[in-house]
Amino acid sequence: MNCLHYWRAMSGIIGRELWRFITQRERFISALVRPLIWLFVFAAGFRAALGLAITPPYETYILYEVYITPGLIGMIQLFNGMQSSLSMVYDREMGSMRILMVCPLPRWFLLLSKLLAGTFVSILQVYVFLGIAWFYDIHAPWQGYLWVLPTLMLSGLMLGALGLLLSSFIKQLENFAGVMNFVIFPMFFMSTALYPLWKMKESSALLATLAEYNPFSQAVELIRFALYGQFNQQAFFYTLGAFMVFMAAAIVGYNPSKGMMSKKGGG
Amino acid sequence: MTINNSSALCIEQLSYAYSGKKALDQVSFSIQPGECTLLLGPNGAGKSTLFSLITRLYDSREGQISLCGYDIKRQTRLALAKLGVVFQQSTLDMDLTVMQNLLYHTALHGIARKVALPRIQQELERLNMFERRFEKIRQLNGGHRRRVEIARALLHKPALLLLDEPTVGLDVPSRLAIVDYVHQLATEENLAVLWASHLIDEIFPDDHLVVLHKGCVKAKGTVTEVLAATDSTSIKDAFYNLTQGEAT
Repeated sequence: MNCLHYWRAMSGIIGRELWRFITQRERFISALVRPLIWLFVFAAGFRAALGLAITPPYETYILYEVYITPGLIGMIQLFNGMQSSLSMVYDREMGSMRILMVCPLPRWFLLLSKLLAGTFVSILQVYVFLGIAWFYDIHAPWQGYLWVLPTLMLSGLMLGALGLLLSSFIKQLENFAGVMNFVIFPMFFMSTALYPLWKMKESSALLATLAEYNPFSQAVELIRFALYGQFNQQAFFYTLGAFMVFMAAAIVGYNPSKGMMSKKGGG
Repeated sequence: MTINNSSALCIEQLSYAYSGKKALDQVSFSIQPGECTLLLGPNGAGKSTLFSLITRLYDSREGQISLCGYDIKRQTRLALAKLGVVFQQSTLDMDLTVMQNLLYHTALHGIARKVALPRIQQELERLNMFERRFEKIRQLNGGHRRRVEIARALLHKPALLLLDEPTVGLDVPSRLAIVDYVHQLATEENLAVLWASHLIDEIFPDDHLVVLHKGCVKAKGTVTEVLAATDSTSIKDAFYNLTQGEAT
């Protein structure tokens, strides 16, 4: 077992995931359609209803479409993380996950590689989305498009790790609908993706508090600031911490002697 | 407990339970290199559970499993490197080609591409599948998919090949071809084989048998030894007696 073995395995896992994503045209299109509908339809309709004050990182009044763009980037990564977790449950049921789990590498490394693969796919989606948004007159400073890359890595890893953790708990594919209702929707709507925190405070202090401590909000804020060339330290450490907690729990979840895998039945 | 280094697989006093219900109870047996052992048992005997434990998908608190002298719990990676597996369900990626699936496997085992390519060619040629290497798995029939899975399981040169009912759902010619090929591998490559099955016509006269029923080993040894121990004239009768009429 040497570094080359780790490198080859990781490249293999990431390459496979990217290839699958590129060749599955429907998946590519549907991943883009969702945020674009939010941007072109929801944001356009909501623009008049919501007045936005000037808050960092913005230095001037902005359109609502500009405000929700980082939230929609987060949405792409959130759905992608859950999609990866869904595919892991599917792979486990269908058996192809077994091939990964019986290869002679530490399980944490295999899970991390799988996570990185999913994150790269989500970054690909985000840049295509940003490209389309650019033609819709949503422009960030050019350096923002570079600054956002490392933050997308972190937010993608954090949301992917959450998906991974959930997949270790889900026994059957059918149970996945529950994830949509109990994780994705609350996480997305109770966040700063669609409306700023100060606006939420006006209607509900509790909702604002929940949104503030929601890791998804922090990831969105990290992306929002990075897109304007700024570093949000609090959001960075919060997202990093959330990633580490979710990842550690997912590794335990996939440990055959400690986690949920030990409680699952078999043939 | 001592580990037998000469055995390709050594299982000692292995037990496993699902929510208190015993699936395996004090299972012990070993397989030597070049030996083809058929793990016989009706549905629900514990064969797949045993395979999940050998492949470390599950963990057992009771008993010990070692592959080529490596303890599966403490030396997991060294043990898994010696193992080739064909699972009951297909584990190939349907949307990738034969070649992509095999290259993915070699990457997971850390095999360099320049080493992997001739090995893939060799294994596919032996199974008459090389011409179809650029076809997607989805386009292959069940028998050909199984051949690809067997080729894949051999790419990293394992010492032990596990096959979990690999012929289920295949037509007779495909089934016979796979049975013959695996037996040939054991003889010519000195490969240890553990083949789970509930089909007794897959047994060759020189094979070793382990009969599993309700999680317990009911008989083990060569075909002749099992016949003698059960006072039977055919494996079908022996299996019938040991599993009280649950043979298929």
